[in-house]
Amino acid sequence: MGIFDHIFKQPRWGVHPEDHKRPAADVSLRTLPPPARLYMPLHQHVGGAARPIVLVGQKVLKGQLLAEAQGNISAPIHAPVSGTVTAIGEVTAPHPSGLGFAAITLDSDFAGRWIETARVDDPFALDPAEIVRLTAAAGVVGLGGATFPAAVKFVLGKRLAVKSLIVNGGECEPYLSSDDRIMRDCADQVVDGARIVMHAIGAIEALVGIEDNKPEAIAAMRIAAAPFPEVKIRPVPARYPMGSDKQLIQTLTGKEVPADARAAEVGVLVHNVSTCAAVHKAVRLGQPLVERIVTINGGAVANPGNIFAPLGTLVEELLAFCGLRDTPSRLILGGPMMGTPLLHGRIPLVKGASGILAFDAREAIVPEAGPCIRCGGCTRACPMGLLPLEMATRIRAGDLDGAVGFHLTDCIACGCCAYVCPSHIPLVQYFSHAKGELSARERARLRTDAAKRLAEARIVRLEREAKEKAAIAARRKAERKAAKAAAAAATAAQPEGETA
Amino acid sequence: MNHSLDTPVAAPHTTTANSAGRVMASVMAALAPATLFGFWLYGWPAVYLWLITVGFAMLGEAFCLRLMGRQAAPVLFDGSAVLTGWLLAVSLPPWAPWWIGAFGGLFATVLGKQVFGGLGQNLFNPAMVARVALLISFPLQMTAWVAPLPLFSAGAPGIIDGLRITLKGVPAGFDGFASASLLGFAKTELSRGLDLLQSLLHAPAQAWYGSRAGSLGETAAWLIAGGGVAMMFLRVITWHIPFAMLAGIAVPAAILHAVDPARYLDAGTQLLSGGAMLGAFFIATDYVTSPNTPRGQLIFGAGCGLLTWVIRTWAGYPEGVAFAVLLMNSLTPIIDSYVKPRIYGRDRKGAALEPVK
Repeated sequence: MGIFDHIFKQPRWGVHPEDHKRPAADVSLRTLPPPARLYMPLHQHVGGAARPIVLVGQKVLKGQLLAEAQGNISAPIHAPVSGTVTAIGEVTAPHPSGLGFAAITLDSDFAGRWIETARVDDPFALDPAEIVRLTAAAGVVGLGGATFPAAVKFVLGKRLAVKSLIVNGGECEPYLSSDDRIMRDCADQVVDGARIVMHAIGAIEALVGIEDNKPEAIAAMRIAAAPFPEVKIRPVPARYPMGSDKQLIQTLTGKEVPADARAAEVGVLVHNVSTCAAVHKAVRLGQPLVERIVTINGGAVANPGNIFAPLGTLVEELLAFCGLRDTPSRLILGGPMMGTPLLHGRIPLVKGASGILAFDAREAIVPEAGPCIRCGGCTRACPMGLLPLEMATRIRAGDLDGAVGFHLTDCIACGCCAYVCPSHIPLVQYFSHAKGELSARERARLRTDAAKRLAEARIVRLEREAKEKAAIAARRKAERKAAKAAAAAATAAQPEGETA
Repeated sequence: MNHSLDTPVAAPHTTTANSAGRVMASVMAALAPATLFGFWLYGWPAVYLWLITVGFAMLGEAFCLRLMGRQAAPVLFDGSAVLTGWLLAVSLPPWAPWWIGAFGGLFATVLGKQVFGGLGQNLFNPAMVARVALLISFPLQMTAWVAPLPLFSAGAPGIIDGLRITLKGVPAGFDGFASASLLGFAKTELSRGLDLLQSLLHAPAQAWYGSRAGSLGETAAWLIAGGGVAMMFLRVITWHIPFAMLAGIAVPAAILHAVDPARYLDAGTQLLSGGAMLGAFFIATDYVTSPNTPRGQLIFGAGCGLLTWVIRTWAGYPEGVAFAVLLMNSLTPIIDSYVKPRIYGRDRKGAALEPVK
């Protein structure tokens, strides 16, 4: 990249943290020997949790359906190994709260016997709806971390007639290299998966955005995509958060996704490279999503690298496989910019886990926060063009509406602001707190609105009933009166008749 | 601070090595060459005045922190009080008496900064608040400039003599004292009815490399500018405020000088005189008291420049940087509330964009 490009073509947003991707990214992929016991959570995706369809004690094969999707937005869960269902209970969720969530416990029989899988030789001869069905049945969700059910996105893309599929190979988070590895080692699968997705949504091109700090991945993908002119490999500047949908779409197409709108509304759909590879396996090989590549990295890891592991493996087993140099001072699921802290290692690997980081004491240091010196660094770094310092000042004072006035709701929580802050103010924490408060307030508002509506409806109903009762009473009274009058008239008429 | 595994820490889990202390240190490093050059030009009294001003600025800060029951040392360590005192010191007449520096230093950190709530809370630039307070209270001492008398040159005061000058005042009839700064000279002559075409022939000696009467920051205008450019390269400041402020001075100066050279000083003189360079690169760029969006900074800088030129040209004071910066400081919250960056996916007014397929 020339000096001109360097000065004028670099994005104006974002940050450039030290990437720490190598040497882990360059170590060849290792396969984890299946552990003796796995914990398959029922809720590894955005949407409704899956509903178990197996019984404790039941023998299952690898890839067999354990739990089916529930509701419009959901994904099924399959057995990552062959073995026996030993429990359906709770495990610790990969969440800072450390609360539990439902999971199916499997004991492996170490045979690794697959279910019967139906191979499709020419997926492009299939109806797009059939690809949607196969992808949904295989439990494929966004593997970049968003874990949105992939098939639901296909339907949306088809409906809105999306022209370009954007294949996200940005992987801008430091330390992580699972997408890098899948592009280097399985480029054919990624390209084939991308073409299948194009077919499913009716796109005419696929733009594969890869950060230029991954030259090996770019080279491998170029070779794999060479026979397919509609699949275009597009290196993009390495700048965090390039892997964020909105920023990647803007960099590759020049289009901006309007606020409160979906990417499909500007004619693009984004899928991660690993998701494309999973679609390839789901459609061509009929294999459900039961394994993934996960980066194990961080200063406390003795042999960092990428591991091909069954879902449901405990984090501590992954760490033990790579070896620990010392006790981790912090465990993170995902990357260091947006990852979730884990309370301990007895948490299962889930579909959206692209990396597990074990930080040593030096990496885990949290600098003490100081006062804001209004340097404006956060404003320059924010890829959304927000004013983090103004929002934080208002949230600190409890003025949530003031923060919303600065479009807090547009914040993508990428962490650029907190990263650059020389006073080390935990800005993202402020924003997450405020967003949580706002959604609690919204829920409370909906509840009171509903209660108010019901109360009003009751008053209306009682009034109506009272009126109806009154009307009936009045009618009956009138009827009785009329009857009495008629009777009186009859008795009065009779003597008259007698006299006549 | 290091947390154990069971106290979750919010993302991001990595952070810049930058810190407020490092920012202050960079600014001081950028200011150092001009200051050292000024020390050489004006000798020991300038060194003593600088020490006293910085020392009292720190004292003021420490006093307030102790009063609030807080530890003074960690806050002093961030360097902001040192920098405030330093900026004030380089804007003072180098041979001013010690109590000017002491009063100014205390005023800057106590009334200019800590009463507002400390670092990041003050509305006005503390160094300029102190400078204006001094200028209004002690106009005589604050406009007594000396011609440069470099260290070790004939007649320059030594270590002891220098201290005597700072503590007891300049002995009567001292060589080289009582020279006017160029802006002051021009203003006086104009008010006497002499136009610039005549008066400038007898103006105080000028040299582009800095041999002119003035404060430390005025004399070494080019070194100040060099330090400012270095700060841009270190990304401590951006170009917006300095560029806009210098343009705000130069553009009107150039136009009116072309119209009437007898009445208006030229742009070059305006830029190299007084606190223009110091103000543009070091004073107006103060994070706390300037807007934090690029467009806001351009407006702010242009306002500082234009007001400086207006005050110099038509107001009662020969120099206007401090007044101009304080006036624009008061507008910073307003600029910030009107000038905001465009948000991704929204137009400038904050409404969502129309989808474009």
